[in-house]
Amino acid sequence: MTATLNPTDRTRGTGRSAPLAGVLDGARKVAQALATPLVPSDYLDLIDPLRSGADLRGRIVAVTPETADSATITIQPGRGWAGHVPGQYIRIGIDIDGVRHWRAYSLTHRADTADGLITITPKAIPDGKVSNHLVRSTKPGTLVMLDQATGDFTLPATLPDKVLFITAGSGVTPVIGMLRSSLDDLDDVVQIHCAPSERDAMFRDELLAHSVAGRIRLHENHDDVAGVLDLADLDDLVPDWREREAWVCGPTGLLDAAEAHWEAAGLADRLHVERFRPSVVEPGEGGVVTFDRSAVTVDADGGTPILDAGEDAGVLMPSGCRMGICFGCVVPLREGAVRDLRTGEITSTDENSGTVPIQTCVSAAAGACAIDL
Amino acid sequence: MTLAPERPTTAATRTGVNSRLSVTSAEPRPQRPELKKSGRPNPAAHLTPEQIEEIGRELDAIRAEVMDSRGAKDAAYIRKVIKTQRYLEMGSRAALLFSGVKVKGVRPFWWIGTAGLSVSKILENMEIGHNVMHGQWDWMRDPKIHSTAWEWDNASPSSQWKHSHNEIHHTFTNVLGRDNDLGYGILRVDEDQKWTLFYLFQPIWHVANALMFEYSIAAYDLELGGYLAKRKRLSDKEKAEFRKNAQEVVEKIKRQATKDYVVHPAMAAATFTGSARHTLTANLVANLVRNVWTNTVIICGHFPPGIETFEKTSIEGETRGEWYLRQMLGSGNIAGSKAMHVMTGNLSHQIEHHLFPDMPSNRYAEIAPKIRDLMERHDLKYVTGSLAKQVGGVYWKVVELSLPNKVEGKRRRDVILKAAKKAIKGKGGQGRRY
Ligand SMILES: Cc1cc2nc3c(=O)[nH]c(=O)nc-3n(C[C@H](O)[C@H](O)[C@H](O)COP(=O)(O)OP(=O)(O)OC[C@H]3O[C@@H](n4cnc5c(N)ncnc54)[C@H](O)[C@@H]3O)c2cc1C
Ligand code: FES
Repeated sequence: MTATLNPTDRTRGTGRSAPLAGVLDGARKVAQALATPLVPSDYLDLIDPLRSGADLRGRIVAVTPETADSATITIQPGRGWAGHVPGQYIRIGIDIDGVRHWRAYSLTHRADTADGLITITPKAIPDGKVSNHLVRSTKPGTLVMLDQATGDFTLPATLPDKVLFITAGSGVTPVIGMLRSSLDDLDDVVQIHCAPSERDAMFRDELLAHSVAGRIRLHENHDDVAGVLDLADLDDLVPDWREREAWVCGPTGLLDAAEAHWEAAGLADRLHVERFRPSVVEPGEGGVVTFDRSAVTVDADGGTPILDAGEDAGVLMPSGCRMGICFGCVVPLREGAVRDLRTGEITSTDENSGTVPIQTCVSAAAGACAIDL
Repeated sequence: MTLAPERPTTAATRTGVNSRLSVTSAEPRPQRPELKKSGRPNPAAHLTPEQIEEIGRELDAIRAEVMDSRGAKDAAYIRKVIKTQRYLEMGSRAALLFSGVKVKGVRPFWWIGTAGLSVSKILENMEIGHNVMHGQWDWMRDPKIHSTAWEWDNASPSSQWKHSHNEIHHTFTNVLGRDNDLGYGILRVDEDQKWTLFYLFQPIWHVANALMFEYSIAAYDLELGGYLAKRKRLSDKEKAEFRKNAQEVVEKIKRQATKDYVVHPAMAAATFTGSARHTLTANLVANLVRNVWTNTVIICGHFPPGIETFEKTSIEGETRGEWYLRQMLGSGNIAGSKAMHVMTGNLSHQIEHHLFPDMPSNRYAEIAPKIRDLMERHDLKYVTGSLAKQVGGVYWKVVELSLPNKVEGKRRRDVILKAAKKAIKGKGGQGRRY
């Protein structure tokens, strides 16, 4: 449907010998002429949404419960899937009640398996839109949107001699991915694994098995009996922690504490953290609106449409009916929250959603926001 | 839906925040006069400003109820329509590859392919294109089904269409001089429109317009008529803007025509069944069918008898409630089966569509009884009827209003003869350029 060409449609055929490239280019032009005003992929996607060259998608093939509120989702990625480095995450876009939501999840499968399947392991959080849906309501067969793997919470090419993992709750996911892929090559691994209770500990059996086999030294911390992990105890639990390259993943409190702890020891460069919690936008009344590309900033109150605020500040705003019916004013909200002046409904961005299109004529700032204009 | 050539500058019309955002008004709103300027009765004269505000609130509530309950079922609906249309198109085009093959004196693949392609083009333009471009499906946040990214199988580029249709027509619906859908500048469909000699031949204009509808839409969206009339007075910047838009239209038409009349026939030629020529005629027929059908549906939306028009001054400082009122009185529905609603892109629910242009089209049917009830409770006429009745009404109007209005003591024949003489002498310049 897009008027613009999909980049993969456009670049196909380059890098081959000249005559072949010419033929492919000709074929592509014909396909384009046949499909206009759509693009060939709009038709091909109906037939094979996972084909190579398509936007990256995946089909959920299994949902396997882990604990009472977590599950491993196995996904067959499209043929464009480029693989990952253990510890990395993907963004997944899933339609819930008809609306597409994007979230990040660490990859938990072993890298380079023969079947080409990938897995993520979400843990349902209270009121969590996507995590609850994935854990409790997702059916095999569902098609999801994917992004290629990314992230630098990974083991280096030359593995360190001594490793420390501290994981809490669902923060174990990137680490389980590393262990599944690289444990054979890691000589000395200590892991502190925290969970609210024994029942809630994700991948507990797998970690215990490694521990029993002597492949890792595991310390379990169940908050209901031991209280929340205090890093002051680290000297007792892992006396040689200063010699270890450390990877820590868990709730914000633990990560902040770890950063302070390693910083204080002058070892900040030995610590790697992964934050799951996207910085959240708390909606307010009015706020500073930044028009990125116009380099204009205005202070708008909670009753003024962003369209008016922008125009008054001299920004060239697209507009039309100015009453919410024509969609001529839609622009991307890059960051922040806005309130629909008709319904009071809040629309906000987070790190995973990317930009969100908004109608500026009926949207007022609900806190600081940045518009891509 | 429609076409309108006027592009008001936003700055000139704006004083503070748009009054149409709210059903309430800071300044008290005036009571509507008994008669319109033209002397005809004002259909909303019996409503007090408070009642109109209340109607606004009631409509806001109906809107909220539907918008809050949009969900997986609605998303599945539009995806299914899109999928059906694309498979239908592919199937029909595949059939046309053999459209030259004759079996017992008929060409079955031509008939099947042409019928399928016609239906596919109609679905693509109406239930899909028109509605997606209205932003009815933007809430799904699927970039592939989004108003900002959609392009349709029609001569008019989506960006220009969205401006003239979504913005001008939907904001200024049936306002004389603001919404040129009132006859698209070539038809006189309301007695309050001034008669000129040009309209004497409007039955011909009307048929020609219907046959070439996609091109007339493109010309309107481009404001070709206005450009030709005002060319000498336009600034260089305006001229450059026009040329850029015109270029865009020409490119779009080229691509569309190449696809339908060159590439697909060429593909058919490759089957060596003598199908190239027949594929070409099939595409031509499908485009004509689509043009005539969309035109038919659209004229039923605003021209049938009983639908109101409004004066420019009547919309100053208009509240959301008053805007709603104008939408209800300025639109008309077509009664019919479910299939018929889909084939009209649910513009058979023109009243509901004009009240809530961004509501998913599959939901209009469920609110229609509520809207009808609301209008009847307030003594407002809910215009609806079968397709035959509504179309018949419009065609009759086109014929009737091709003649000047009847005025006491003046013979219509004399008015026409006088205008004709004037035109022949070359003084007139009455005819509207299109
Ligand atoms: C790089 C990265 C990797 C991630 N990997 C995983 C993973 O492997 N497994 C996994 O379960 N999650 C992971 N997450 C978190 C995940 O992306 C979602 O944030 C989480 O599932 C909650 O989404 P939701 O839609 O259910 O909650 P929402 O509906 O978005 O939020 C509901 C409420 O919970 C709060 N909230 C949002 N996110 C979190 C959070 N992470 N922790 C606590 N409170 C939160 C919100 O402020 C809100 O009040 C990862 C995040 C990142 C950035
Ligand atoms: S200007 Fe028309 S929807 Fe915003």
